[in-house]
Amino acid sequence: MTSVEEKLDVREGVDRETVETVRNMGAYKYGWQTDIEMEYAPKGINEDIVRLISERNGEPEWMTDWRLAAFRRWQQMEQPDWALLNVPAIDYQEQYYYAAPVSMHEKPKSLDDVDPKLLETYEKLGIPLKEQMILAGVEGAGEAPQEGRKVAVDAVFDSVSVGTTFKAELAKAGVIFCSISEAIREHPELVKKYLGSVVPQSDNFFATLNSAVFSDGSFVYVPPGVRCPMELSTYFRINAENTGQFERTLIIADKGSYVSYLEGCTAPQRDIAQLHAAVVEIVVLEDAEVKYSTVQNWYPGDENGNGGIYNFVTKRADCRGDRSKVMWTQVETGSAITWKYPSCVLRGDDSQGEFYSIAITNNYQQADTGTKMVHLGKNTRSRIVSKGISAGHAQNTYRGLVSVHPRAKEARNYTQCDSLLIGSTCGAHTVPYIEVKNNSSRVEHEATTSKVDDDQLFYCRQRGMDEEEAVALVVNGFCKDVLQALPMEFAMEAQQLVAISLEGSVG
Amino acid sequence: MGLPQQKLDATEERLAAIQVPESGAWLSDARQAALGRVRSMGLPHARDEYWKYTRPQTLVQPEVPHAKVFQAYESAVFDDIERLRMVFVDGVFDPEASDDLTLSGVEIEPLHAAGAADIHWARDLYGVLEARGQSPVERSLAALNTACANAGVLIRVTGKADRPVNLTYLHQTEDADVVIHNVVKVEEGGDLTLLENGPGGARLNKVMEVDVADGGAFHHVRTQGRAHERRAATHVFARLGRESTFKSFTLTVNGALTRNEAVIELTGDDAVAHVAGAALGDGASGDFHHDDTVFITHDAVNCESRQVFKKVLRNGAVGVFQGKILVKDGAQKTDGYQISQSLLLDDDSQFLAKPELEIYADDVACSHGSTSGAIDEEGLFYLRSRGVPREIATDLMVVAFVAEAIDEIEDEAIAADVLSRLQAWLERRRG
Repeated sequence: MTSVEEKLDVREGVDRETVETVRNMGAYKYGWQTDIEMEYAPKGINEDIVRLISERNGEPEWMTDWRLAAFRRWQQMEQPDWALLNVPAIDYQEQYYYAAPVSMHEKPKSLDDVDPKLLETYEKLGIPLKEQMILAGVEGAGEAPQEGRKVAVDAVFDSVSVGTTFKAELAKAGVIFCSISEAIREHPELVKKYLGSVVPQSDNFFATLNSAVFSDGSFVYVPPGVRCPMELSTYFRINAENTGQFERTLIIADKGSYVSYLEGCTAPQRDIAQLHAAVVEIVVLEDAEVKYSTVQNWYPGDENGNGGIYNFVTKRADCRGDRSKVMWTQVETGSAITWKYPSCVLRGDDSQGEFYSIAITNNYQQADTGTKMVHLGKNTRSRIVSKGISAGHAQNTYRGLVSVHPRAKEARNYTQCDSLLIGSTCGAHTVPYIEVKNNSSRVEHEATTSKVDDDQLFYCRQRGMDEEEAVALVVNGFCKDVLQALPMEFAMEAQQLVAISLEGSVG
Repeated sequence: MGLPQQKLDATEERLAAIQVPESGAWLSDARQAALGRVRSMGLPHARDEYWKYTRPQTLVQPEVPHAKVFQAYESAVFDDIERLRMVFVDGVFDPEASDDLTLSGVEIEPLHAAGAADIHWARDLYGVLEARGQSPVERSLAALNTACANAGVLIRVTGKADRPVNLTYLHQTEDADVVIHNVVKVEEGGDLTLLENGPGGARLNKVMEVDVADGGAFHHVRTQGRAHERRAATHVFARLGRESTFKSFTLTVNGALTRNEAVIELTGDDAVAHVAGAALGDGASGDFHHDDTVFITHDAVNCESRQVFKKVLRNGAVGVFQGKILVKDGAQKTDGYQISQSLLLDDDSQFLAKPELEIYADDVACSHGSTSGAIDEEGLFYLRSRGVPREIATDLMVVAFVAEAIDEIEDEAIAADVLSRLQAWLERRRG
């Protein structure tokens, strides 16, 4: 395969500097690491480690017991192997399960007390933790602020939450937005009631591991009838070496409320793979609506498949109330391995679930991702739009379940999965499960697999675009349905990511 | 990794109950090898992913679930078609009831007779295509069949057959546990149509291995009887050479449990494989569970595959479709199509599907679609507004729904025969 560099070398009159600039443009931008004094728990996992994490977070006893129960359960479980993934053996005793900057030992009271190095890290990532900042996650956002749009950020650095912005303003509206460790201390009644109620402790191997050792994450509670005044967002950063990140997010949208939540993530570039096993639980009560958008950009490993993040994530939303609604949107471009199935349990009558996904794999990346739509209530509706793009030596699988229970009368589902292959050494796969148990429901599934259309490429190139630009444009068109479902800030970033992820895939 | 103990026990229990027939060297070698495969894979178990939607218990257990013998009053399907007929009664070849086995361009031999020889052309195929079909997914019931089948037919096609061969499987005793293994070798330029009908037994385990050489053509039309209590696990393993054609259609009505697997490998460029099925089930007259499991592997350039499966389900009937298109590295210009649809006539019936694509080549056009839902009320209203009673209107729409699958039968006379049987069956059901 011709890399960008080689191709440019051939052209006349192009100096080295330009070549370097272009090459760096295509590389993983967030591969640097922050040099900061860290405090680790001893390597490996056992009951003492679980207790230690619980103690560091200042948790009450019930929480420690909950974690220990999960850990005991986890020891009896086996890592699942049903996904179309080639997962190298993971030595769970060779990982650190807790890593926090020393400066975070004494929890800073406000953002002003946070170690400047940490703030700098987020600044460099494009996520300044300052309240005057208006947009998060978008480059150049500072130069073009948009009137009236605010995004509250909870920043998680390895195992701890560094800080949460706009807390006061959110509190005025009654919205609780804080780190999960803080919620366990400050709002135990909510946490007790909802934690593990969507993804039970022993749900699956990775979720159980997370239940035992999760260190931090975000907590959101939106009270009845409240439309959250700004977008909420969490930014996850893995920094420490050999450290797994296990974050836990719990979002509760009470009756008639609305919240839009964004999640972003990056990690340094390293030759050794790192583990990330997160759990996200969303509870949606009557008439409430939650939008959850993710741009997953963990370090994907180098072009030979060395290093990268192993991303094993359990995300599930429970539409408990009638007429509740949840919408998952994900752009998966990073990680060496992705194992992720954001799901919707449509329990309430007339509830709705939507899943929009773009999964891009290049080089030696592997992704096995999709969704589950479980229709339990009457007149429930779901929609799945999945776009998989595979290039280089990558394998990309859509795996999904649409299940319509006997009492879910008049349910509707529409599923569309399209795969695009770029190059002859990659793979694209579709594994949908469809279970329909009554006849008043309509379930439709469509899937296609094709390659980038030569005619479209030719058209673009004729108009002076180079091949990579042309492919990026065609691919962006292919993903359009999903990109449109993203909040505006994310859509811009995602569009650039789509182009960057495919850099070097043609030639 | 060892097999789970339960699976191991169930396998040994079944193997203890079977008898491997005596035969000549070529066949007994194939049977011993198959026994080894069964032991290493284990027979299907309810926990197996490939049996997620169909319980294999009654197909695996040593005891045969009894099935009442179904008495049909009218003449059988294909009776109006000019054909060479071979009859098997409870899994035993009946030469008296069968036609003379001479057909120009075709060699036909019953398995038990050919098996006595020391060497036979079928040695290169018997159990060989079945063994190839065990990866990447195990089909151990087929290996069990290879190990203990003593009935079946070996057919070698060297030219164009002037009439179809019809295999009729009659069922006469309530506990008939029938194992049938057929091998068809279509040589270069050969062309044969094979018709199959009848329930076969209370429990039928049937395997057919088909090798179609370059430029050969094989057409397969099968009906699976109206007996309510019968159970069947069938496998078709096909290997296709360059510019060859393989087309298979199955009509299923009734049956407590049917699992039809088709495993097709396109190994020569420009080959064409079509597999289609229509299943109509009514849970009111006993269980109805119908499972179509198809695995098509594209391993050559410019091949076409097509799967069309239709199911009409009522009164707690269950329809299952597991279809997979695997496009191997280098199988460019593949055209793969798959559609599975089900019509649920009431709220108790279920449709469970897993349509899969696994693709390792970029210049391909593969698609699959799957739908499930109730009968179209508007169409029904249209017919009723023109004076057609509801039951007849429903049946008309059912026929229209399955027609797309029946259209896959190339021979018009055979297609018309199948369709008229289906219409007659619907009519009698209405009473």
